[in-house]
Amino acid sequence: MLYEKHREQIESTLARYPADQKRSAVMPLLYLAQSEYGHVTKEAMDEVAAILEIEPTQVASIVGFYSLYYDHKAGKRRMQICTDLPCALRGADKFAEEVCKKLGLKLGETTKDGEVTVEAVMCLAACDKAPMFQVQDADGIHYHESVSPEKPMTIEGAMEILNGYKGK
Amino acid sequence: MTDLITLKIDDVEVQVPKGTLVVDAAKRINNDIPVFCYHPKLDPVGMCRMCLVEVGRPQRDRATGQLLTDEQGNPKIAYGAKLDTACTLPVEPGMHIRTSTADVTAARKDVVEFILTSHPLDCPICDKGGECPLQNLTMRHGPGTSRFIFGEKIHLDKRVPLGTPDNALIYLDRERCIQCARCTRFSDEIAGDHVIGFYERGRKLEIVTFSEPGFDSKFSGNTTDICPVGALTTADFRFQARPWELRNSASICTHCPVGCNLHLNTRRSGLSGKFEIKRVMPRQNEQVNEIWICDKGRFGHHYISSPDRLLSPMIRKNGQLQDATWDEVLDQVAAKLKNAGGSVLGLAGGRLSNEDLFSLNKLIIGFGGHTALASRLGGGDLIQKVGLGVGSNFGTMGKGTTIVVIASDLEEEAPVWWLRVKQAAERGATLIAANGRPTKLDRYAKQKVRYAYGDEVNALDGLASAVEKADNLVIMYGGEGLDLAGSTALAQACANLLISTKHVGKPNNGLVAVWERANDQGAWDMGLRPMSEAMSKPAVMIVAAADPAGDAVSMPKADFTVVTELFLTATAKEADVVLPAQTFAERDGTLTSGERRVQRYYPSVLPLGQCRADWQIFQQIGERAGQGKAKAGAALVFADIARTVPQYAGLSYQSLAKVEKQLPDVGGLDLYYGGTAFENTAGLGVQYATSADRGEAVSTATPTVPAKPEGMVAVPTTLLYDRGTTFYRSYVMHPRIPMPFVEINSADAAKLNIIDGETIMLSVNGTEVKAAARVDGRAPEGAVLVPQSLGMTMLEKASAASVRKA
Amino acid sequence: MGEHILLRHRDIPDIDKLDVYIQHGGYEAFKKVVTTMTPGQVIDEVKASGLRGRGGAGFPTGVKWSFLTKDSFPRYVTVNSDESEPGTFKDRELMEKNPHQFLEGVMITAYAARANVAYNYMRGEFWDIAVKILGPILADLRQRGILGKNLFGTDYSLDIFNHLGAGAYICGEETALLESIEGKLGQPRLRPPFPADKGLYNKPTVVNNTETLSNVTYIMQHSAAKFRENGTEKSPGTKVFCLSGHVNKPGNYELPLGVTLRTLIYEHGGGLPGDKKPKAVMLAGASSTVLATTDDILDMALDYESVAAKGAMLGSASVIVMDETVDAAWLTLKTTRFFKHESCGKCTPCREGTYWMLNVLERVNKNEAMKADVDLLNTVANQIQNKCLCPLGEFAIAPVLSSIKTFRADFDAHTKDGAKKPAPAAKPSAAKPPPKKDPASVGD
Repeated sequence: MLYEKHREQIESTLARYPADQKRSAVMPLLYLAQSEYGHVTKEAMDEVAAILEIEPTQVASIVGFYSLYYDHKAGKRRMQICTDLPCALRGADKFAEEVCKKLGLKLGETTKDGEVTVEAVMCLAACDKAPMFQVQDADGIHYHESVSPEKPMTIEGAMEILNGYKGK
Repeated sequence: MTDLITLKIDDVEVQVPKGTLVVDAAKRINNDIPVFCYHPKLDPVGMCRMCLVEVGRPQRDRATGQLLTDEQGNPKIAYGAKLDTACTLPVEPGMHIRTSTADVTAARKDVVEFILTSHPLDCPICDKGGECPLQNLTMRHGPGTSRFIFGEKIHLDKRVPLGTPDNALIYLDRERCIQCARCTRFSDEIAGDHVIGFYERGRKLEIVTFSEPGFDSKFSGNTTDICPVGALTTADFRFQARPWELRNSASICTHCPVGCNLHLNTRRSGLSGKFEIKRVMPRQNEQVNEIWICDKGRFGHHYISSPDRLLSPMIRKNGQLQDATWDEVLDQVAAKLKNAGGSVLGLAGGRLSNEDLFSLNKLIIGFGGHTALASRLGGGDLIQKVGLGVGSNFGTMGKGTTIVVIASDLEEEAPVWWLRVKQAAERGATLIAANGRPTKLDRYAKQKVRYAYGDEVNALDGLASAVEKADNLVIMYGGEGLDLAGSTALAQACANLLISTKHVGKPNNGLVAVWERANDQGAWDMGLRPMSEAMSKPAVMIVAAADPAGDAVSMPKADFTVVTELFLTATAKEADVVLPAQTFAERDGTLTSGERRVQRYYPSVLPLGQCRADWQIFQQIGERAGQGKAKAGAALVFADIARTVPQYAGLSYQSLAKVEKQLPDVGGLDLYYGGTAFENTAGLGVQYATSADRGEAVSTATPTVPAKPEGMVAVPTTLLYDRGTTFYRSYVMHPRIPMPFVEINSADAAKLNIIDGETIMLSVNGTEVKAAARVDGRAPEGAVLVPQSLGMTMLEKASAASVRKA
Repeated sequence: MGEHILLRHRDIPDIDKLDVYIQHGGYEAFKKVVTTMTPGQVIDEVKASGLRGRGGAGFPTGVKWSFLTKDSFPRYVTVNSDESEPGTFKDRELMEKNPHQFLEGVMITAYAARANVAYNYMRGEFWDIAVKILGPILADLRQRGILGKNLFGTDYSLDIFNHLGAGAYICGEETALLESIEGKLGQPRLRPPFPADKGLYNKPTVVNNTETLSNVTYIMQHSAAKFRENGTEKSPGTKVFCLSGHVNKPGNYELPLGVTLRTLIYEHGGGLPGDKKPKAVMLAGASSTVLATTDDILDMALDYESVAAKGAMLGSASVIVMDETVDAAWLTLKTTRFFKHESCGKCTPCREGTYWMLNVLERVNKNEAMKADVDLLNTVANQIQNKCLCPLGEFAIAPVLSSIKTFRADFDAHTKDGAKKPAPAAKPSAAKPPPKKDPASVGD
């Protein structure tokens, strides 16, 4: 199904790598599968394996190793707040706490309406714009950062951003 | 000539070939550097960090490059700032390795402590206990207590069936796993399956399988041998026994012509008082199976102890088979033979040992009769002439050697040969895979040859120019789609090619037949031949270890039929006398592998019921019929063979029991090194010389190629896991035995409006059978592949057929 | 300093537009190199510049290129844009705001390496940079004949592709990066062989950091000598310092190597918020020793040699500043949690050791530990040292060992048998102001 629906994109992805190294395309194809199905399903792994002429177990290993591939369903999008050291020094822990309070959940959980899963993640290379978070959804990964040290990300600002995603 | 490198390990000088790893060099001088992730059969990865040693190299002047020396004139040695892993370090001239310094001792202790932090305290219930490298290395190198808090140990799934609880052959305990990657590397590098791998990362790394069925590999059992902890265990052996309770007997696998060397582990049962086979383990023979066995050999032993075993002789009285005494039956058979007037036929299967076949032949010929081998593969006499040269070893084949495999699906028919041929190809051997359809060998083949079934000889002749320039040439032929005439022609064509290109009479050159049964070659050597014409109704027929009725193969109808068997097969049901035979596990004997290696096996369990060895039965019949005293033991029968059969001259049970040190070291007290494969102390066997080896002239002959079948054909194929008599009784393997199916080409399927999975009717040879159709891209157009021994019709050769929707 | 060399977008608006870049001499260097120079000449020039890898290791770039195995083809260039070290965000700005200089550097490098394809390995979180910025730029360059076959009328062909990672810091290790591009687990390989000999697909490969390659453009545009006008003898050139944590103006600052820490923090970073005193810094992101901000340290020159002389590493120059409110036990909990999350699991000491250290640190931070546990933590960190397969494990222990050594009291304060009565609140004293003229600053 994946190949039929996205044939051109898959072929152009494969073309980036040497013809005898199809396996290199496993990461871009897993992003495609994840965007198509919401998460990497077992069927998706089999499909990707068939396209790349490798075994499903070899595809599964990649899904399991990398943090940005998910093998289970969660919210429609993931709000991933960096709480690593540099961000934490600028209030990220408190920000994450308040986001959770506002949405009525704990880190790692999903809102009751299934719209967003909130997670704490490792450094996102935005340490000068803390607190910040990224949103991962079917379209990819998008950063939402503080404008400046004087205008840091607020809870209200974060909620507005999240609401902006609804219905997409 | 390999360069030798001299280095010092703990001040002991050792000389080893260039490229040897430090850990292996240390082994040669009995310096056991502990390892977990390293295995001599796998590429080193340096992951576990257990083998850290101090590495010193001779210092050189930066400017001149000259060696710096001290006052005594010895080279100055500079030791690295950090310890280095011995398993990833090839030896260098003048290296000084220190393995017993305080730093190294501390490092080992630290690494063991790390490994044990989350390792569960399962020893009391863990199968590996007693043969566990982690236990052994902890005792030798680890700390006495752990400073890790028990409650903080990570918790992962235990008792994970790799597959479903119904079909898993291997169980995984994720907590016990020490992430050494030996199993995943075996699956990737050696078996080429890629069906187990890691999931997650860091401390959460765990083994997973995503194949259907789980851990879909014909070699999965080997991972339980090399796993250094009790993470991987077999469903067959789990919780059955403790290793120290087990007795070992050396044996040979009887499922295929590779002749893998085995150890059968037995333990006396508390209930029955009898010794039972608890598990089958590989025995090291680097020239045959190295340290591997396939899952059929490992898990296919249950027929030996099956409750269906025939335990008592039987005679047909009043139309019914009834128990009788040995005296009764032996006398009756002897009498019938004496009165048969030479109209005697002996039909034997290749499961029997040389002693059995020799004795049957002697018995029958002694009465002026004929013997026949229940087989449709020809060429055994050609193998005697131009088979693989003495000293051949798949493990040494590489660049310069061409291996042709024709008309055989090697992975299904002789898995460990497939493994060895695949590895030879990966080492640079030129592999040519010729078949009517794709097989798993294609992946490693430099050249894939497709022919229409019936065109095998033409296809082979077409390879002449491709193979003549090879340094070494090995041709392996099977009988896919061929009957006796067809396979004989193919064998002749193969022999011709080898002879004309002068690839005979030297090691790693010659002809190999992928026989259907373990001792088909031995049968040819003992004088049996497949039946070429139907024999007119014999007066007396003795059928041994063959089931023509069950196989729907034509069998002469005799006046008086005697069957020696393990089970009440279809043939036995119709017999006049049924005699209970011992399996190989209950007695001595020899088998001759497809590489013409004569190998000995030893008794593991006591004979069941009143079973006797086939050779005993035939000799005792002969004795009562005036043929002379029955031999007292198998060794004496073999001595007769050595006197009678030219190829076996000079062989004896003693010469077959000779062993020599093999590398890599396995199965010693340092079993962490090579895994739980068993050291071979029982015999390496002897490969007998061919005519070409002996320098005798060998000539070509024109093959008589039978006519090619026209139109759609049904082609018999072989599956490793089938409903064969000696395999079907291993219930643990049942999930892997498919329901009857046929493979059909997609274009053919489309024409017939058949979809994948649909039930169809196959008509061939006047019978109609129902089967599931698989449109899986393997069957060529015009051919339907029909796996044999699944309960569908049995075919002699590719035969005209038709298919329709059910 | 005067005009930026790397953060040129701060001087020239819209330099991310191809035409603006070309107006400012863009792609002239690449053209010059392809049409008039041999690969060997390019390598020599970069060698002469003394440019050192900006990803953290500081290995001389030209020397690295010269290790490419002769007569082994094809060659590859893989750019390490994985930027996952906490406290690092320079490569991001370079790719977002001055992408052409970076890409031109990749192209010149590919030519020098005789590679016809280059892969820009970007961490997966840089999705939008790949899709919205670099992707369209690459398409544009292909259209304009700056990438593609037979460039500038020669027989040299080149294409560049982005390859997105998927959330694994370890893929910033060069051999793990190569494994990742090959579609395998991002676990580091054994070395030797090195990537210059057997790299991507077992072929000779150049692996360099984003910032390093942005410098290559400048070197070939101007000269090795011009490049050496900034920085020190052994650490020439400018560096993009990432300043984060307790500073008023966190951000990227391009300064010559050798500038002092004090200048960076106070002159450029605007000092600490609330005029708090600094307590400690980490210079190489989380993979650093934690240095107490004594005057000696504040006056230290930030170049590879000077920092090494103080027992630390400059690494990627990701300077995290921490004020007096920061608890060293909390800080090491954060860094250890990071390393434990990112450990690939291949080797025993890192896999088990980071997990162990995290458990102890969590207990310490929950005030459930004893002093002996802190000692144990120190022991475990020492036990990991010098045993790991790759630098991750070694870096993971740096903050732990240095914090226990320098700020042991912070740890003891959490323990049941070491906590002293809380001291009266200390009066915040003004931070020491920087001297008027800092001899190391350039351009004023």
